[in-house]
Amino acid sequence: MSNKGKVKTQSFIIEGASCASCVNKIEKALAGVEGVTGVEMNFAQRTVTIDGDVNSHALIDSVKDIGYDATPMNSVSEQDALDEKAQADEAHYKKLMRNMVIALGLGIPLMLYGLFIGDMSVNTFNQRIGWAVVGFITLGVMIGTGKHFYLGAWQSFKNHSANMDTLIALGTGTAWAYSMLVIVAPNLLPDVARHVYFEASAMIIGLINLGLAFEVKARGRTSEAIKRLIGLQAKTARVVRNGQEQDVEIAQVQINDIVRVRPGEKIPVDGELTDGKSTVDESMLTGEPMPVNKAVGDKVVAGSINKTGSMLFSATHVGKDTTLSHIINMVKRAQNSKPSIGRLADVISGYFVPIVMILAVIAGLAWLNFGPQPAIAYAITAITTVLIIACPCALGLATPMSVMVGVGKAAEAGVLIRNGEALQSASKITTMLLDKTGTITQGQPEVTDISTYDQRQESSVMALVASLESQSEHPLAQAIVDYAKQRNYPLNSVTEFDAITGKGVTGTLNGEHLLFGNEALMREFGIDVSLAVVQAETLANDAKTPMYFAVNQKLSALIAVSDPIKNDSLAAIKRLQNKGIHLVMLTGDNEATAKAVAQRVGIDDYIAQVMPQDKVEEVIKRQKCGEVVGMTGDGINDAPALAQADVGFAIGTGTDVAIESADVTLMRGSLHGLADALAISQATITNIKQNLFGAFIYNVAGIPIAAGVLFPFFGILLNPVVAGAAMAMSSLTVVSNANRLRFFKANKTA
Amino acid sequence: MLIINLLGVLLIAAIVWWFWLYTPKPTQSTSNQIKILVNNGIYQPSNISVSAGTKITLDFDRQDPAPCAETVIFPQLDLSLGLKMGQGNRIELPGLSEGEYDFHCQMQMYKGKIISE
Repeated sequence: MSNKGKVKTQSFIIEGASCASCVNKIEKALAGVEGVTGVEMNFAQRTVTIDGDVNSHALIDSVKDIGYDATPMNSVSEQDALDEKAQADEAHYKKLMRNMVIALGLGIPLMLYGLFIGDMSVNTFNQRIGWAVVGFITLGVMIGTGKHFYLGAWQSFKNHSANMDTLIALGTGTAWAYSMLVIVAPNLLPDVARHVYFEASAMIIGLINLGLAFEVKARGRTSEAIKRLIGLQAKTARVVRNGQEQDVEIAQVQINDIVRVRPGEKIPVDGELTDGKSTVDESMLTGEPMPVNKAVGDKVVAGSINKTGSMLFSATHVGKDTTLSHIINMVKRAQNSKPSIGRLADVISGYFVPIVMILAVIAGLAWLNFGPQPAIAYAITAITTVLIIACPCALGLATPMSVMVGVGKAAEAGVLIRNGEALQSASKITTMLLDKTGTITQGQPEVTDISTYDQRQESSVMALVASLESQSEHPLAQAIVDYAKQRNYPLNSVTEFDAITGKGVTGTLNGEHLLFGNEALMREFGIDVSLAVVQAETLANDAKTPMYFAVNQKLSALIAVSDPIKNDSLAAIKRLQNKGIHLVMLTGDNEATAKAVAQRVGIDDYIAQVMPQDKVEEVIKRQKCGEVVGMTGDGINDAPALAQADVGFAIGTGTDVAIESADVTLMRGSLHGLADALAISQATITNIKQNLFGAFIYNVAGIPIAAGVLFPFFGILLNPVVAGAAMAMSSLTVVSNANRLRFFKANKTA
Repeated sequence: MLIINLLGVLLIAAIVWWFWLYTPKPTQSTSNQIKILVNNGIYQPSNISVSAGTKITLDFDRQDPAPCAETVIFPQLDLSLGLKMGQGNRIELPGLSEGEYDFHCQMQMYKGKIISE
């Protein structure tokens, strides 16, 4: 790739700039660095952007020289940031594994010694010396391999907060300190309690390091979807400048740049085709498996792949404004939002650690007061085990991990979920209102039948109707205008135009009063349509929309427009019905047309002649009956109803959809996207419930067992090492269970 | 035994006081640009007092590689930020109305608060 025209841009955060006069000083210092071609400082943001091929250290030094500080901003691309994160994770993983090997390297032999070779009690002077040496080696291993736990615990403590580190530090620290007490002052303790627990401290640190290492790996997999989306972004673009094609970095593509894309290449930015034609695979963005044909004037989006032809397009959205960037941002934001189902766990985890500390104290006191001899040894075991077994992480991770995977999974299917709450509500929907046009049907109506009832020719009728409809914004109007334009019928300007909502349009052309609309409009103007009524009924029963045309108060023609039903609407509607969701079709069409369409797609409940404002009322009415109502529409005309519904689904054809206009955006025009959205949300919420249940049960059962409640009945008191293993596995189990969602196949569920 | 029980009760009281009842003094921000260190299980500073209605910028410096530290969430503001290691993690907050705004990691082990007054 050529780097011709490449200009490096770097951004820094400036610290210490307290007054506007600093700006000049800093800009001047930076401009003086060799190679800098442009400097711009934003005082409000305390950031500076520098153009030129310059080493960042030279720039930072120049700022430091004049008494300020500069730190590089996120100038790296998202892909680079991901690679950086993967490297950091890998290094962290290796460190944790190394810690694990060292800690278990000491813990396992000690444990085996205690189990099979000798006992770990301290009775003689030689034993005291021997164990003291082991004690100090254990301390070294604990600090060497678990320093982060102890530091974290201390820092949190100073900050009046407590976390997982606190529990680990206290648990392992208690076991070690007690063991040292046995060695230093054995006389303070009864003979039977002179036992050391160094193996427990080392084993616990080792096992928890192991659990954390596995968690790092498993967590990496939860963000696969976002990695895949970021990976769709091209790194360079071939831009035509000064009549020459050159490869430039993606960040340098400007709006209105002409970009060349050859077959097999990724489309680098959003744009509009200016030359050539091709088929484009948008499946990674929309979930729509069929490639889309593109011709001059069509939109293309960044991240999709050009399949067959070479094409030129004009850039319309670049950088953070591309559809792909919006999708990435929305998915990222949604992945970090929590549905209310996780709220209780949040409240509990806020108080969790101090509660566990209190429970450990209570358990210790209970053993000392009521336990058999050696009560102190039992008490220490119980305290250590309670502190170690409790796992706030499993509780805290239960919801976010599943949301992360679920939202990512949905994005793969072309379903963008705004946040965790929308995900949860979508899983509970009982009634779904479907706007007919553009949802069940293609939303691209066509004129199918024309019958005339006066001396006028079909062509002159259509010229008049199209002239009138050219001023209307109704979706059906476009079909009439397109019909006339395709046949080159002349369109003239109409005066006194008026649109009567839900009925039709009126206007005057060449002194003739024109009316075009439904039967209600004709009735309102007192026009006799009896000649056409039977024909209109037949058309309506055939799922077409009949409309009357009258000139000077006399019926002139009956025109039928039909919006073809999408090929897969029937199958998708079956999937939704199989989920037990009650479907209602809403349409502005007359009763007969509505009934015919509903019948064809297998929907029993439909409401005809719905005005736009009635849709909101319909949603409210159903909500009042206790239904959890979803509304699916185009996101623009249906915006109020989408907002009122418990979950609003905006459905778009291809990528031409207003992302973020609804709770859920269906990038694929198909209703299968809706069925997928519901299936994924249900699967995710089920997964969260499993995680929460598991985490609650683990802690609710684990802590009392660790405290020794089973001891009076069965003589069971948990070993602290077992508690360490259980704790390490509990959060890993949550992350792994969330990862199971990655293999969920939405379309296999219905 | 009485003394041990008494010590135990005192210890419980100390835990309750130290972790729940004691309110640490918030760090008063002197500028609208606040640097927060993410290390060893805490945000530093973690309790930050700001003037209501003023836009503020938080620059997170993540020194802790633990996965817990990788995301900071502002639940009341519906904002979140993935933290890469080191500096350059910036989030801009709108002018906040009076009140307390939490920020924490996904598991709520790292916790902080912005007090807008």
